Amino acid sequence: MTFLATAARVARKDLLVESRSREVVYTSLLFAISCMLVFAFGLVKEGRVVTDATAAILWITIAFAGTLALGRIFDRERQNETLRALLLAPASRAAIYVGKLVGVLTLLLLVEAIVVPLVMVMFGATLFRHPAFMLGILLAGSLGYAAVGTLFAAMLARSRSRAALLPVLLYPITVPVIIGGVRGTAALLQPEADLVVARAWLTMLVAFDAVFITLCLWTFEPAMTE
Amino acid sequence: MSIPNAKLQTPRSGSRKPETASRRPEVGSLSLFPLLLLIAMGMFAYAPFMILNAPYEATMGLVQKIFYFHVGAAIAMFVAAFTCGIASAIFLFGRRPGADRVAFAAAEITVMLGLIVLISGPLWARKAWGVWWQWDARLTSTLVMWLVFQSYLLLRRFGGPGSEKLSAAVGLFGSALVPFVYWSVNLWRTVHPTTNVVPTLAPSMRGPFLWCVLAFLFLFVLLMTLRVELEKRRTRLDDLYLALED
Repeated sequence: MTFLATAARVARKDLLVESRSREVVYTSLLFAISCMLVFAFGLVKEGRVVTDATAAILWITIAFAGTLALGRIFDRERQNETLRALLLAPASRAAIYVGKLVGVLTLLLLVEAIVVPLVMVMFGATLFRHPAFMLGILLAGSLGYAAVGTLFAAMLARSRSRAALLPVLLYPITVPVIIGGVRGTAALLQPEADLVVARAWLTMLVAFDAVFITLCLWTFEPAMTE
Repeated sequence: MSIPNAKLQTPRSGSRKPETASRRPEVGSLSLFPLLLLIAMGMFAYAPFMILNAPYEATMGLVQKIFYFHVGAAIAMFVAAFTCGIASAIFLFGRRPGADRVAFAAAEITVMLGLIVLISGPLWARKAWGVWWQWDARLTSTLVMWLVFQSYLLLRRFGGPGSEKLSAAVGLFGSALVPFVYWSVNLWRTVHPTTNVVPTLAPSMRGPFLWCVLAFLFLFVLLMTLRVELEKRRTRLDDLYLALED
């Protein structure tokens, strides 16, 4: 089986399992909404949201919901002992990683498809004045976050205190992606959208994606052997 | 930090040496250690005199002298982080347990040196900028890198069995941040002085500066030898316990 066929099959399996239970999407979505609610209490003053806070709320919500989804996806693999079967399969580890990444990224984007409009409505933000930039930043940011998240969640799947360790490991490492996402979005949200700054952060995000995915593909194989 | 450890180590290596050397060749001796300790202690003892004799910087005066230890510790921190990253890669791809011990030791020292950097920096910033902390690119990225190595140590301690490989991946990601931290002052407009400061240093300041950098690098090597040796013996001890149980 070719690399891409393996990856597609792993991703298809994850999405099929998810489409039958819808557990991860529902829980992370509800979690994301409660997250926004908590932020709204802290960051809305006299009915108006603090300057630049909308971008931060959006990205922190995505990051938190992503952590929850990552933990659940790999918990499922561990409970059914399917992680071992997956690793025993005669397929390249990198292909398994890519398949998992596609699955995680799809779920994250599904959650974003509801969270982003919600942020727009609830905080009165016009995010899509420059749709290409906004979509690019969302996609590049989610990809970088999911890439590192998939690697660490997979490796932590067999660890003892994985629920506590995943955010502790994930947030410092993905901070460049979160900074890029927040700053890029904030530049687009200004009364007069600052396209030069937005483009700079988008380029930075793409560069980080390239570095992160290379490092992940490189380390997944040796790190996942028993 | 190094002196009590040294006292703890020396009698052990002295009295047990023949046995250790004959039966367990992998456990090295610490014969180089006293020499390294003397050099590092000597350098650190003399450093204050060199800094005292260095000229005062025109605008900042006395507070500028923090620079010698701050940058020295920062350079040693970068070296330690790189050591951790390279050793982690060797451990991941070459499956050498020795490399894992080096990575662990280097990560610990990165955190320690990072603490020196993150404390000496704000002390200077309070006088130079009027605030302890500024959320600019260099400070933020240094803090992020420090947190990554903290999480490395956390993982080693609480991750349970099999966490060596995971922490090696963390080490790799952590050292990938080093160039980012180093270049951050040139990429963004920051309040932190740029990397231009060191090459354009006044000749009379260059001597004390290089001395301090060397002192910190010696401290790094010294702590590394001690820490790696300690890990070696710990592994050896675990092996012996296991052998005894069998």
